[in-house]
Amino acid sequence: MRKYPPILLLVILILFPIVVRDHYHQHLMILVLMWVVIGSGWNVIAGYTGQVSFGDAAFFGTGAYTAGLFVTKLGISAWWGMLFGGIAAMAIAFPFGWICFRLRGAYFALATLALNEVMRHIATVWESLTDGMVGILVMQTFVSKVPYYYIALGLAVVSVIGVQIIMGSKWGYYFVSIREDQDAAESLGVNTHFYKMLSLNVAAFLTGMAGALFMNYMGFIDPEVVFSLHDISIMAILVGIVGGVGTIYGPVVGAFVMVAVHEFFRTGFFGFFKGIAALTGSDMIIVWAKYVMQAHVLGFGILVVLVILLLPNGIVGDWNLIVKKIFPVKTRRVTG
Amino acid sequence: MEVFLQTLVSGILKGGLYGLIGMGMSLIMGVMGIINLAHGALMMVGMYVTFACFTYAGIDPYLTIFISMPALFLLGMLIQKYTLNPLMEVDSILPENQVLMTVGIAMVLTEVARFIFSSDYKSVRTSYSGATFFIGDISFSVALVAAFFIAVAFTLSMFWFLLKTDLGRSIRATAQDKDAALLMGVNSKRITILTFGLGSALVAAAGTILMPVYYLFPDIGGPFTRKAFVITILGGLGSTVGAIFGGLTLGLAEAFGATYIGMAYDDMIGLLIFILVLLFIPGGFKRLLKV
Repeated sequence: MRKYPPILLLVILILFPIVVRDHYHQHLMILVLMWVVIGSGWNVIAGYTGQVSFGDAAFFGTGAYTAGLFVTKLGISAWWGMLFGGIAAMAIAFPFGWICFRLRGAYFALATLALNEVMRHIATVWESLTDGMVGILVMQTFVSKVPYYYIALGLAVVSVIGVQIIMGSKWGYYFVSIREDQDAAESLGVNTHFYKMLSLNVAAFLTGMAGALFMNYMGFIDPEVVFSLHDISIMAILVGIVGGVGTIYGPVVGAFVMVAVHEFFRTGFFGFFKGIAALTGSDMIIVWAKYVMQAHVLGFGILVVLVILLLPNGIVGDWNLIVKKIFPVKTRRVTG
Repeated sequence: MEVFLQTLVSGILKGGLYGLIGMGMSLIMGVMGIINLAHGALMMVGMYVTFACFTYAGIDPYLTIFISMPALFLLGMLIQKYTLNPLMEVDSILPENQVLMTVGIAMVLTEVARFIFSSDYKSVRTSYSGATFFIGDISFSVALVAAFFIAVAFTLSMFWFLLKTDLGRSIRATAQDKDAALLMGVNSKRITILTFGLGSALVAAAGTILMPVYYLFPDIGGPFTRKAFVITILGGLGSTVGAIFGGLTLGLAEAFGATYIGMAYDDMIGLLIFILVLLFIPGGFKRLLKV
């Protein structure tokens, strides 16, 4: 039973750009797939290993800038960044983890936050290399969105399957043991420092690749976009916790929900306000709609508070709970 | 030499304020064992209270301490009671749920502030904002000196409170061992609520006395949260004495960095200190001072 939904989902995703032809929805799906990759990375380090990272944008931005700099400085294709972006992000993650894994829990989380800010600072200040706030502009390879879609889909599938393989292997069990009780894991002979580093590097590699994809797809980056705390790091956390911390398909669900929520706010409840304003001809509502459209971060904040309070393990993690709440009679079978 | 002394003075003045910010953080840290990532956002709220009182009611910024501190005390207590304490009973995979929650709260506070006051830079300009006096060749900003002494007064009274009063003793007991404190008849849930309120009130005081010489916008909380974090790491986790030393060190480091390296590297200096402390004195000053 459990095997079919993922395959069905994959088939739907493969057919999606053939059926849905307008660019707007294709664009949204590309973003969803990109967030699946980032969310999977976050899930490895935070969900499975228990080291919550607030600094995914550091790796994302590094990947994006690697791809961009390949074009502006070396004059080769930005697609090389897909590989080297991940490696560059690992090069950042390695010394960072070496030092900061002395910290535990919330302290580590704050250290990642600091890394995020420092990377943004470096990208802004080091103008001879990155052009600072001017950003990097790269010509897109394809006009159509379909090739990007399939590349993103490939990356997302690889990352989900990769995470599944890792979590089924010895590494995965070590990661989880560190999350559950680091001292106990250490006393049983797990080299916790090494495995935390490994986990962070897996996460950094995935996030860096997603960053390079973003560079290739969007064609423009600047430090405020790719090193953004709210739009990248916090969003990655949200994708993780909304979908379900420590579940393989959590990031997939989370990415979909979060991109939808983001669009929901950005478009003013999918044009709901505009419709009402047109109907009533009231200027007040247009002004209000403008506020609502700017308030997506507020929406995210409220969503974090609600999800943590009501669904601490996310949609996938608490699926049984949700089903029980909605259909109290139907589920007699105890699932586990 | 003059430049050096001037830098030293401004570093110490800034450090006093940082100590106050760090102390609120380390109080919360000590009692609840979590990092409060909404600390800077709470400071931002305190600053907006001051700004609103000054702009709309014409109250002197220093007097608004009596408004901003109780207001933030209440806000802090509400946050702890209705969002953080319920999480203790919730069963979840990630132990850092409370920390994530403070991030959510910080986002909500920041955006609500943006909603009400817009993203524009605001400031409170008083007759003494730009006033200075000289001792020898070194100039002292009147507002900063006043801020320093108010911060020191708060710090000292906080010490008196923690060391001499029953409530202070209960707070320290909870910080040292929650279960033991519970067994001795301390209502630890009430203590966590009070502590969060107290920490918020302290950081609101810091925000208020900074207001005459600083500017304000909704996102100002982020940098101050990071500073408070560096201070707590520097001082040792959960140590109030350490927080004061940590604050002074960070203030001095930032002042000297700004003078001798460059203004643009503000955040970097904090991180550099942070990494050096982790590498060489992992326990912070707490370990060196044995306090």
